[in-house]
Amino acid sequence: MAHIKLPEGLPGIVGPLTFSPETAKPLTDLAEVLLRGPNTLTSAEREMIAAYVSYRNECNFCQLSHSAAAAAHLEGNYALVDCVKSDPESAQVSDKMKALLNIAGKVQKGGKQVTSEDVERARAIGATDKEIHDTVLIAAAFCMYNRYVDGLATTQPLEREAYYEMGQRMAHEGYGRHRQSKPQEVA
Amino acid sequence: MAHIDFGEGIPGIRGPMIFSPDTAKPLNDLAQVLLTGSNTLTLAEREMIATYVSSQNDCLFCQNCHGSIAAQHLGGSDADYELISQIKQNYADTPVSDKMKALLGIAGKVQQGGKYVTTDDIARAREQGATDKEIHDTVLIAAAFCMYNRYVDGLATWQPSDPEVYREIGKMSAKLGYVGRDYSKPLESLANLRDKAQR
Repeated sequence: MAHIKLPEGLPGIVGPLTFSPETAKPLTDLAEVLLRGPNTLTSAEREMIAAYVSYRNECNFCQLSHSAAAAAHLEGNYALVDCVKSDPESAQVSDKMKALLNIAGKVQKGGKQVTSEDVERARAIGATDKEIHDTVLIAAAFCMYNRYVDGLATTQPLEREAYYEMGQRMAHEGYGRHRQSKPQEVA
Repeated sequence: MAHIDFGEGIPGIRGPMIFSPDTAKPLNDLAQVLLTGSNTLTLAEREMIATYVSSQNDCLFCQNCHGSIAAQHLGGSDADYELISQIKQNYADTPVSDKMKALLGIAGKVQQGGKYVTTDDIARAREQGATDKEIHDTVLIAAAFCMYNRYVDGLATWQPSDPEVYREIGKMSAKLGYVGRDYSKPLESLANLRDKAQR
């Protein structure tokens, strides 16, 4: 049971977003610009950074929903997303992505864990200032979303199947839709 | 040196916010509603939660800015600054309300990780009269500062140590809030420090 009385039948972050619309607006605006805004990193790459950080924070709802969003951008390639989460260095992603995932993993532990060597490694294989900035902020933002979702003990389905449709909508329609739709349509 | 060149003399989160205005907008909107929106927790109480979490995360810039903003909301005396410093060290021994102590307890758990918050922590806050919204806001303020702190430290931003800088930031932010600010405008306290160093 969640720690506070949230609207029923809404999984994960959707409950608190509906409970508190004033804070939901900037929270979803931030996700939209970070994960779907114009960028030289693809949306799949950015969703994988989000899924990786959420996986390391052991947040089921966030890691499963953002894995589903990443897979939706990758024509259903869950195998790649799973590999990125469990062992990014061996995943079939670019060397630049590996270096950015390394930075994201450091941010997950704490901002001060990011070393100039970590940043140099990313730069040496072509990462731009904006890509490094966005990686740090995506990782930091998911340290927030994960704590928000788990800190209120929200309801979180554990089966991957529960997130297929959500992932499609996150990938192709974007963030902040709960504001336009009725609760039962979100669930 | 910062991991990205944000230009000289721009402290803490201001550099990345000038660098990336598209993300600065929702980041500032979130701080504005959480820390200045209408709430049964006072402005000072919410800034204390932000300060405590930033201190637990060892983020120099955030704990000093928000500590100073909290002190300014309390009146800005030396005693107010001293209270903030005591809250960071051991809030249980300070004169803040029992409800605030319970909420700071929850915030400290969120800082470690969302799953650390127990039903006992929540029950304790409720016994002291905390509402659902107060518990929700405490969790989200704590979570948000786990983001802001990582953003500021993860990019190795320049973080001045002089208390005068934070006093100026505290006064300005307590008065002006977080939205519509021009962070590229140089701080007077930094200009004064530079003048002093040159003399």
